[in-house]
Amino acid sequence: MSSQQQPAAPVKLITAFGSPFAHRVEVALTLKGVPYELVVEDLANKSELLLAHNPVHQSVPVLLHGGRAVCESLVIVEYVDEAFHQATAPRILPADPYHRATARFWADFIANKCLKPMWLSMWAEGEAQARFARETKESLGVLDAQLEGKRFFGGDALGFVDLAACTLARWLGVLEEVAGVRLMADGEYPALRRWAKEYVSDEVVRRSLPDRDELAAFFAANKERYRSRVREAVQQQ
Amino acid sequence: MAGGDELRLLGFWGSPFVLRARLALSFKGLSYEYVEEDLTNKSELLLRSNPVHNKVPVLIHNGKPICETQIIVQYLDEVYGASNGPSLLPVDPYDRAMARFWAAYIDDKLLSSLMMMSRGKTEEEKAEGRKQSSASMETLERAVKECSKGKPFFGGDGVGYVDVVLGGFIPWVNLIDRLTGSRQFFDAGKTPLLAAWLERFGSLHAAKVVMPDMERLVELSEMSS
Repeated sequence: MSSQQQPAAPVKLITAFGSPFAHRVEVALTLKGVPYELVVEDLANKSELLLAHNPVHQSVPVLLHGGRAVCESLVIVEYVDEAFHQATAPRILPADPYHRATARFWADFIANKCLKPMWLSMWAEGEAQARFARETKESLGVLDAQLEGKRFFGGDALGFVDLAACTLARWLGVLEEVAGVRLMADGEYPALRRWAKEYVSDEVVRRSLPDRDELAAFFAANKERYRSRVREAVQQQ
Repeated sequence: MAGGDELRLLGFWGSPFVLRARLALSFKGLSYEYVEEDLTNKSELLLRSNPVHNKVPVLIHNGKPICETQIIVQYLDEVYGASNGPSLLPVDPYDRAMARFWAAYIDDKLLSSLMMMSRGKTEEEKAEGRKQSSASMETLERAVKECSKGKPFFGGDGVGYVDVVLGGFIPWVNLIDRLTGSRQFFDAGKTPLLAAWLERFGSLHAAKVVMPDMERLVELSEMSS
């Protein structure tokens, strides 16, 4: 492919304030040098555009490219990595199949064993809350060990797993404050703490990272809704 | 396969996730050593190869472990490309994204509703599971239309990634239907395209040779309930 190639059609990203999932896609697009336009949704009042392009999940992010929609943040990140591949742009997933499998493994671990219980631990109550907190902390420990002195999960440069883990770098700290649930106590998970600082200071990441105070205000405004939704979800388990 | 290329699959005959890996290996015409695990007494090899989850399937390629069923299938497709059987994932990035989207949907929505149906602790939970499974099947009916574009499989003329991912669940949903005496899944009246897909997929030699025996599955479910 020519190193001067421009995307054939404009790229739009349907997003909502504070979404770590949409943030993953923004970083991916920026890493690949793809210009894009943001369409910001009010998730309490979803647009026809969103419902038409993501009828299955009705959630953000949704990437619109050449009139076609791609949904699910990590599916979109892989799409961006492949569709906008150029010799001069960094790879988000490594080239080697074994390393790709390893990256996908850790992204899956982060999504299922870390982020899901983390969210639930913020808003659940009693025994369920304690269980989710324990599960999350165990996973944080595994991730801390996985970093083993590396700058990023991807090595020297940001990669797929760092994007999968982005929630832990900015959102977790804010949630801990708003929900009053401390998962990362002082001195715990030193490698993960160091990684979080590296992540949020990264030049590319900074461009699409939500402001800490704005994020806190956003979560605080919605916390009763989160609590009742999680209460329902826990009852169904 | 190149000389000295060793593939081993650690599995359990009753697992739909292991079945997926076997379907992928079968469709790609790959030789491998299959190791049946006793899940009540997991081998050192399994625990060493999948220290994070201790689960099957695990693919071991020249001594290196790959875990998680969808990751295994993608790995096989990337390593063996079009040189061994057809590519499971399409070439075009958008079509690949569609395949990954639907595979993720199957393992998120369909799987959780199947679990609720079969392992729900109360009648309400099981009923909710049935409702959600029904809704998932209707959504997948739309998916098969979109992905196949009138051709026999999600992958088009030949079996692809989504066919293999959904294919792993076939014995399980047949088992649920058998145990409940109903035709909850792949009902030709409600989801005709999926019902037709099931017939076609199930009749392929590469699928038949790895499908577990239904009577053994019934016995297994009776033992664990």
